[in-house]
Amino acid sequence: MLERIQRLGAFGLSFCERLGVSAVLLARVIVRRPRFVKALPLLVEQLYMVGVLSLVIIVISGLFIGMVLALQGYNILDKFGATVQLGQLVALSVVRELGPVITALLFAGRAGSALTAELGLMQATEQISSMEMMAVDPLWRIVSPRFWAGLISMPLLTVIFMITAVYGGYLVGVGWLGLDPGQFWANMQSSVDLHKDIMNGVIKSGVFGFVVTWISVYQGYYAVPTSAGIARATTKTVVYSSLAILGLDFILTSFMLGGW
Amino acid sequence: MNDDIIKINGLKFFRADKVIFDGVDLNIKRGKITAIMGPSGSGKTTLLKLIGAQLYPEQGGVLFNGINIHKLSRKELYKTRRSMGLMFQSGALFTNLSVFENVAFPLREHTELPEDMIRDLVLMQLEAVGLRGARDLMPSELSGGMARRVALARTLIKDPKLMMYDEPFTGQDPITMGVLMRLIKNANDVLKLTSIIVSHDVAETASIADYIYIIANGKIVGHGEPDAVMQDNSPWVDQFVHGLPDGAMPFHYPAKNYYEDLLNA
Repeated sequence: MLERIQRLGAFGLSFCERLGVSAVLLARVIVRRPRFVKALPLLVEQLYMVGVLSLVIIVISGLFIGMVLALQGYNILDKFGATVQLGQLVALSVVRELGPVITALLFAGRAGSALTAELGLMQATEQISSMEMMAVDPLWRIVSPRFWAGLISMPLLTVIFMITAVYGGYLVGVGWLGLDPGQFWANMQSSVDLHKDIMNGVIKSGVFGFVVTWISVYQGYYAVPTSAGIARATTKTVVYSSLAILGLDFILTSFMLGGW
Repeated sequence: MNDDIIKINGLKFFRADKVIFDGVDLNIKRGKITAIMGPSGSGKTTLLKLIGAQLYPEQGGVLFNGINIHKLSRKELYKTRRSMGLMFQSGALFTNLSVFENVAFPLREHTELPEDMIRDLVLMQLEAVGLRGARDLMPSELSGGMARRVALARTLIKDPKLMMYDEPFTGQDPITMGVLMRLIKNANDVLKLTSIIVSHDVAETASIADYIYIIANGKIVGHGEPDAVMQDNSPWVDQFVHGLPDGAMPFHYPAKNYYEDLLNA
């Protein structure tokens, strides 16, 4: 019994320590003198790696989710003779929930795991150590551009996801199931609010972007520098990010519905 | 100026519960090549990381030019590291950059030199290590020896005062080993550096070193000029320099009695 309590205590202490280390890492990445001329090319490179290369998976997933949503929604709405509301259903589900959450989950799987693996491997091959010994701060040179790229990319990817999902809904609803396009768009336009729906969705995605990239760079930077260690760090990135996204989504939604 | 560039006093360092250094004292003379030797796992690389303040000791300190390197702020530490160079065993080249860009990296980070001057400096460094023709190759296309030579060029380009080499000869063929030995010796003498070589290749290291320290079991077990160390009869030094399989450092990892162990299966 005593041993169990001891183990619980040790786990608590190590959890707090890791939390502290990750907070220090975050502070060192964010709080520093900006060097725009040197930082911009690094940021652009990472925006490409993290953001642009995630575009394909985001667009394809967005399209299919919009299409499935329209198909399912049509069948249910049809029972109540309310199929004209399909545009509203697709748009609100995508903009409020599915857009930010699924983009963030896909982003964690595609870009977050890549960030962790890349940083972990740099740690294992002593590239980060050698940078430190060259008097170049790896937090500035390596971690910071990746962190900001993740933070900037996520809301943009989310908006792209929302647009393609709505278009996917349109394709199925109007193109296949024969709804009137005027009604589809008009109902959507009258029910979706720029501030309450779209902005809140984008704010969510900003928060998810922050958390996912933070988890990814922390797990990579402090990965145990062995192949098993990097594998574990990559898994942790995806698992922790997914849990954080779903948990935070609930909290943010409850705040947003309550009008903050 | 003081004759010792590095002074280490009563250095203690533990990793988890394992004692790596238990009161190490050593001095590195300016302008000389000092070798730190010892069996695998004796903490030689750890010592270099302690000198570069990538690790912090439990007790004792490392004075670099009279300044305790572990008491510096992060900013001051990075400034001090500009006068240090560490060549890693693997070379630790940046895998996403070409040979040329790897060598140019410190210049691009620390200076505002124009592109044509960076080009000239990089080519001069690469010429010195004999790899000017390999400038466009990627690190994955280099052999182990070439990677170390590129790493040497990259480290020397920022004009350090202290060069540290982590196992520079390990796993190299005799030709590459000869090339690396000549490069290290030349760099030290021509550029007026101070060099620390961490190695367990006794003959090669002893042939270019001015002074040797031997570490085992967390302590300095012998030191002196190469000839003196080779003649040293103390058990640790004798076993190490002559490569005897058993002696002060036992062949067997500590274990309980062999027969009891078998019978308890």
